[in-house]
Amino acid sequence: MSRIRKIARRTFLVGSAAIAGGVAFGVYKYNETPENPLTSDGGKAVLNPFVFVDENGITLISPKAEMGQGVHTTWAALIAEELDVELDQINVLHGPPAVAYYNSALMGLALPFLDYEVGKFQDNLRSYVGEAGKLIGIQLTGGSTSMKDGFERMRLVGASTRETFKQAAANRWDLNRADLTTKAGVVSSPDGRLATYVELAKEAASLEPPKVALRSPTEWRLLGRSQPRVDMLAKVTGTAEFGADIRLPGMMFATVRMNPKRSGMVSFDAEAAKGMAGVKKIIDLGDGIAVIASNTWLAMQAADAVQITWEDAKYASTTDGFFDQLAQGFSGEVNATPRDEGDVEQTFEGVALQAEYKMPFLAHSTMEPMNATALYTADAMTIWSGSQAPLSARDSAAEAVGLAPERVELIVPYLGGAFGRRGETDFSDLAARVAKEMPGVPIKTTWSREEDMRHDTYRPPALARFKGAVKDGEAVMLDGQVISQSVLDLEGANRENVTGSFDQPYGIPNYRIRGYLAELGVPTGFWRSVGASINGFVFDSFIDEMAHAAGRDPLEFRLQLVRREHAPSAMVLETLKSMSNWTGQTPSNVGRGVAFTYSFGTPVAEAIEVRQTAEGIKISNCWIAADPGFTLDPSIVEAQLFGGAMYGLSAAVMGEITFADGEVEQYNFPDYDALRMNSAPTFDVRLLENNSFIGGIGEPGTPPAAPALANALFDLTGIRARELPLNKTFDFIA
Amino acid sequence: MSNTLSINGVTHTVDFPDEVPLLWVLRDELGMTGTKFGCGVAACGACTVHIDGEAVRSCQVQISDVWGEISTIEGLGQPDNLSVLQQAWRDHQVAQCGYCQSGQIMQAAALLAENPSPTDQDIDDAMQGNLCRCGTYPRIRSAIHEAANRMGG
Repeated sequence: MSRIRKIARRTFLVGSAAIAGGVAFGVYKYNETPENPLTSDGGKAVLNPFVFVDENGITLISPKAEMGQGVHTTWAALIAEELDVELDQINVLHGPPAVAYYNSALMGLALPFLDYEVGKFQDNLRSYVGEAGKLIGIQLTGGSTSMKDGFERMRLVGASTRETFKQAAANRWDLNRADLTTKAGVVSSPDGRLATYVELAKEAASLEPPKVALRSPTEWRLLGRSQPRVDMLAKVTGTAEFGADIRLPGMMFATVRMNPKRSGMVSFDAEAAKGMAGVKKIIDLGDGIAVIASNTWLAMQAADAVQITWEDAKYASTTDGFFDQLAQGFSGEVNATPRDEGDVEQTFEGVALQAEYKMPFLAHSTMEPMNATALYTADAMTIWSGSQAPLSARDSAAEAVGLAPERVELIVPYLGGAFGRRGETDFSDLAARVAKEMPGVPIKTTWSREEDMRHDTYRPPALARFKGAVKDGEAVMLDGQVISQSVLDLEGANRENVTGSFDQPYGIPNYRIRGYLAELGVPTGFWRSVGASINGFVFDSFIDEMAHAAGRDPLEFRLQLVRREHAPSAMVLETLKSMSNWTGQTPSNVGRGVAFTYSFGTPVAEAIEVRQTAEGIKISNCWIAADPGFTLDPSIVEAQLFGGAMYGLSAAVMGEITFADGEVEQYNFPDYDALRMNSAPTFDVRLLENNSFIGGIGEPGTPPAAPALANALFDLTGIRARELPLNKTFDFIA
Repeated sequence: MSNTLSINGVTHTVDFPDEVPLLWVLRDELGMTGTKFGCGVAACGACTVHIDGEAVRSCQVQISDVWGEISTIEGLGQPDNLSVLQQAWRDHQVAQCGYCQSGQIMQAAALLAENPSPTDQDIDDAMQGNLCRCGTYPRIRSAIHEAANRMGG
C-alpha cells in the first residue's frame, strides 16, 4: 500500500472521529504549538517555524512543495503582507519535514456535508477538524489545499512577527509598541529613529509574540495583485535546482529496473552488464535491480543489458480484463450513496435517457522523471527528494534502510511537475535502498522515462451508468452509478470516486449518485483533481445529453439548474456566457461546448470551440470562468486554471494507459503524448470573488476540460463520444 | 575516448565513451544541469542546446559527433545578466514547474535568430517539439512575440 494512501486513510479516520466525538473535545490539544523544527544555530534568529533572520536577511519558510503552482510566491506573500516586507527582500525556502507544517485544510475534505453549502457552522467545524492534522503530522502539498491552509494562519504568522519586531524596537527605545510603524522590513519611531528587522532579530527572537488582529483585505498591498514569482529568475536561467539537478562532491549516478508487471523478481543475469563502461556496482534489490555508474546514461545502458526474469502480474493481464472486472462490479454492493434526493425510482413522464461512459487508466507523466539522491552512512542518511509529502517520504525512506526517522534528513528541491505522483514515496525509497549499498557516497537514482511511464500509480479507470429524465425542458431526475478502484485505502463508505458527481450544485429534484469499488490490483493514485477527473466528464457529459434531450441551449439549461442551488456558481456560468459571446449558434465547421464542475471549493465553467480543418479537428479556443472566493495572485491563479484545463484536455484527446500481458504498453512520450504548441487552444480566463470562502485552484481547472471538449465535438459532428480518449472517435490535428 | 568540447566559449576535455550523449556529459560530468533530461528519445525538447546556433536535442548527439560550438541555457544569460528573451520570459511569468523551460527558451532563441519576427504559425512550427506538461504554451507564445518586438524584429 502506498504511503499517500495510508496517510489519506489516517486523515479520514481522524476526520470522522473528530466529528463523532464532537469538535470541542481536545481543542486545547490542537492549539498546542508543535515543536519548532528550525534551530537557531549559526547566528540565525528563529522567530517561529515560518520566519528566521540571519546575516543573509529574512527567510520565510513555505512547507509546501513548489511543483509549478506558484505556492512559494503566494505563501510568502501571505506572510509578507502582514510582516511588512517586500517579496524582493526575502528568501523563500521549503524547510525541513516537520509536524509544525501540518496541513490544516486537508482534513476538511473528509467532512460529510456538501462543500458548496459551507455556512458559518460548517466553516468553524472545518477549521477545527483541520487542526487535527497537527496531531497526526500530515505535511502534504495536494488536494488544492495550500491557500485554504495558509490563508489565515500565515497572515497571523506575519502579523505577530511584525508586532514582535515592533516590541523589540519599543524595548530598545523605551517607547510604546503602538506608536511605532513598519514598512519594508524597517521599524520607525515617530521621532525618526529606524531599526531594520535584521538588526532587531536577536532581541525579537527572545520575546513572546503579541496577540494581533489581521488587517482588512482593503488594506492589502501584495495579496490580490499579481506578484513576480520568487522562482521565475531561476527558472528562466536554468539555475533552479530540481531533484534531478542535485550535485554533491564525489557523487555517483544510478538507475533502477523494477518489474513492469508490478510483482517480484525471479532471477537476473548481470554478466553482460558487469564489464560495461562506467559501471561501479550492480545491485540485487530483491524485487528488481539497480546499476551504479559514473554517469546516468552509462547506468541506463548497463541496466538494459541485465537479463531479468520477472514474476507474473497478480492482476488482469489485459485492459479488457480490467473493464470486465469493473462492469461486473456493478452487480456487487453499493459502496456509498452520498446523494439521494427525491425519489429516482418513481415513474417519470417525459423523455428518458441513459448512457454509459468509459474512462481509461492515465499516467501522470511529469516532465521530470522520478528521481532522488541519497547519502547513506552507517547511522544516518540525507535524502534529496522532490516530494509532495516530505514527512511520510522521510519516514518511509528511513524504514526502507532500517534507520530511525530522526536519523534521516530530507531536503525538498523544486519539483519538475507532480500532479499527485510525487505524493508517493517509491522513488525516494528506491534511492535510499540504492545508496545503502555504497555507504558514504552520494548517489542520484534517476528513472528512465520508460521506467517512469510503466511504474506509475495511475489514475484508475472507471465505468459509469447514468439515467435521467427531462420533462417540459427541465431535468426532473438524474441517477448515476460510477465504479472504479479507490485511490484511498479506506474501510467502509468512500465518496472520493463519486466526487464531481454527487456534490454538484444542480437543483434536480430527484438526484441520486451511487459509488461502487473494484479491487483491480494495479497501483493507482491521486491524479490532478482525483475523483473529479472522472466524474467531471461523466456528470457534465450527461447534463449535456439531458440539455439536448430537453431541446434547450446547454448553457441556459445548466444555468437554470445551478441558480436554484448556488448563486456564485450561477455567476460563473453567466460570466462564461458573456465572455465567450455564447449564442448557442455556430457556423457548420465550428463547434462549441460548455461544461461546469464544482471541485475543491471552486466552481469552474469552461467553454471550448473546435474547428474542422483539412488536417483534422483543431481545439481553437478555451474560455474559463472561476470563483476561488479570493484571488490572492491573479497571474498565478490564471496560470493554474489554463494549465489545469490543458492537462485535462491532453488526457481527453489522447491520454490512455493500456495493458497487455500484465504490462503497461506505453513507454515514452511518443506513446503517451500531450497537447503541444500547435495543438493547444488559446485561453481567456475571468476570475470572480462571490464565493464566501477561499477555494482551491491547482486542480479545479481540470475536470470541466474533457466534457467541454466532448460537448463541443458533439456540437460540431453530432457524435456523442462516451469513451475517453476522444481520439478513438475523432481525428485531431497532430 | 577523450573528446574536446567547446561549451559557451570554454573548452572542456572529457574522458567518456564516444557514444555517450552530450546531454549526460553536460549534466553529470560538467555539472551544467540547466539542460534537462526528459525522455531520452528526442520527443520532448527538454535537453535542447545549440550547436553552431542550431537547436538540437542533446540526448541524441554523441559527444564524438559534436560538430561545433555548443551553447546551453547557462550561456544564454545569467541571473544578473538576462538575455532579452529570458527577460521577456520573466516579464510574462511563463514558467510553472519550470523543468521544460530551458529547452523551450533555447528552442525559441534559435527561432528568433533565424526569424526575427515569427508569426503564430512560425511559432507553432518551431516549438511543437517542446513538450510542457504544465501547459505554459500561451505565455511562451506571448514571450516570444514580446522578445521579437524588443529585439526590433
